[in-house]
Amino acid sequence: MVGFAERLGMKRKSAVGTGFSLPVIALIAAAAIFLVIGSLASNIFAQQTVAGLAQGAIFGSLALALVLIYRATEVINFAQGEMAMATTYIAYQLTLWGLSYWLAFFVTLPIAFVLGALVQVTLIRPVQSSIIAVVIVTVGLFILIDGVVTWIWGADLKFMKAPFGNTVYHAGGVAFSRQDIGVLAVSILSAVVLWLLFKFTKVGLGMRAAALRPAAASLVGVRVNWMLAVGWGLAATLGAVSGLMTEPTQFLQPTMMQAILLYAFAAAVLGGLESPAGAVVGGLALGVFLNLIGQYVGIATPELRLPIAFLVLLLVLLVKPTGLFGRKQVRRV
Amino acid sequence: MKFAAAGFAAAVVVLLGFLLDGYHQGLAVYVAIYFIAILGLDIVTGYTGQISIGHGGFMAIGGYTTAMLSHYEHWNLLLTLPASLAVTFLVGVLVGIPALRLSGVYLALVTFGFAVSIPQLPLKFSKLLGGSNGLHTAHSVTHLWLYVVSWSCAGVALLLAWLLLRGRTGRAFRAVRDSEVAAASSGVALPIYKTLAFGVSGALAGVAGSLLVLATNGFAQPSEFGVLLSLQILIGAAVAGLGSLWGVILGALFVGLLPSVSASFPVIGSAHGQDVVFGLAVIVIMLVLPNGVAGLLRRFEPSFKTAIKRDPNTS
Repeated sequence: MVGFAERLGMKRKSAVGTGFSLPVIALIAAAAIFLVIGSLASNIFAQQTVAGLAQGAIFGSLALALVLIYRATEVINFAQGEMAMATTYIAYQLTLWGLSYWLAFFVTLPIAFVLGALVQVTLIRPVQSSIIAVVIVTVGLFILIDGVVTWIWGADLKFMKAPFGNTVYHAGGVAFSRQDIGVLAVSILSAVVLWLLFKFTKVGLGMRAAALRPAAASLVGVRVNWMLAVGWGLAATLGAVSGLMTEPTQFLQPTMMQAILLYAFAAAVLGGLESPAGAVVGGLALGVFLNLIGQYVGIATPELRLPIAFLVLLLVLLVKPTGLFGRKQVRRV
Repeated sequence: MKFAAAGFAAAVVVLLGFLLDGYHQGLAVYVAIYFIAILGLDIVTGYTGQISIGHGGFMAIGGYTTAMLSHYEHWNLLLTLPASLAVTFLVGVLVGIPALRLSGVYLALVTFGFAVSIPQLPLKFSKLLGGSNGLHTAHSVTHLWLYVVSWSCAGVALLLAWLLLRGRTGRAFRAVRDSEVAAASSGVALPIYKTLAFGVSGALAGVAGSLLVLATNGFAQPSEFGVLLSLQILIGAAVAGLGSLWGVILGALFVGLLPSVSASFPVIGSAHGQDVVFGLAVIVIMLVLPNGVAGLLRRFEPSFKTAIKRDPNTS
């Protein structure tokens, strides 16, 4: 994972300090040891940790999508969650037409890529010089997608086939649902595939160059605008994965990703908003934290999950605005 | 010129009060509510440069203040408005304090989180705040009462905003927006002006929220203060053109009337079709006019550039 952040964690502007600091690594190691010891000591703790990791992986993949776009263009795509929701509905429609779940899954990903790239080319590119205009366009897109999806499929709950079955494994008295493990695996796997793409392919190199130094990249022949479109496409694909992995627990409804969007924001900020590895780690940490606090702190009932995530977001920004893996930025006047 | 326009607008509002039937008065009330909320957002985002996607949160707090004071204490509804103004002013100042250290995208995220979190609180404290069913005010009001009160509030809010923005405070706000470093080195106390802008902005949104509760038959419910409300207000401000008091009415008309206008057409008239039209309209407007309608008008205003040269503070 260190190589991941070093490759992708490069900053566009002059930066001070390294992304991975010793205290942060120590903190994560300590947290991991705490979770392992707690899981060995208590079955409930172990179950909550695994479920939290599964949820956190979903937050992480949507956060990763946000980070991809933020790194390239320094804007936040407020429609990211709604795009994920829409692509999940597309997969649902494909299963209605007779495709098996996993076939629909893999057909949906390229569709999501094309849609994401199309959004960038047609809607974002014309206004990309003004950050506020981009934000407003994504907000408009949020409402538009909501309306279109509700119009086509209705607002009532829809159900897809359970992708991982309902098997529950028992290991030493602890019940792990196969679904949690599957969600965790798919989300982590998609992040790894993305990393491989960035590290080992020419497109990945071009995208890194376009994000890091757009002017220099275009001078050496990288088509920066295309790279931005590819970035949006990849973000939409990751979003589709997070939407499809959300479906088994939240089921299909137009509002399914709205809360997850806030969790993804918090996860991305926790990871430093610039760091892809940070987004994944931040998502996992937030998922486990919310589950454990819900289990062991009486006042933290499910209604307070969103406010707690908001407090995490706020505290991180106030105490350590660069998050776990972000880098300090030098501001020129 | 401006006074003539203001007088004309006031005359139109009074005249419409006599002409409109109950349904259209109800629509006009929503326009007034959006007007006040967008005005509030414009002060903090358009004039002071602090992006907020959280004004639905302030509206929720204002609305619940009115509902609680009426439900539990049987206050006169008119008197709950200043109370909600005061409460949301304080909340605005509190939100403004973390905003001192945040800017741009980070502030947008925090305010978005604020807007998402606030409607969860009535669900958590359902004994006091009524849960998802909401809280009902002790009295209800007529369309005419609401029309008169909401547009009076809108007028007072516009007057106060104008007075605030034309003088020293307004110059300080705009200096903060254009460059915080330059403003601070010119002696503008950033902490005071930024929190003040958030306070005033939140207070206006709070009053709008109180009026919204009265307009929905006196019900304060978490669902009426969802994310969409915050987004609509931001959209209204952006469509109007940030940093323009006169644009605010256009933004309010857009947000308040477009859904019901598109509802009168076949096919797109369904509830979801309205969202589609609304979202499309927002995107198209931003693509055609990135600076909003006010930006378009400004382009044709010849005196604008010379005004900058004459006095760098009043851009």
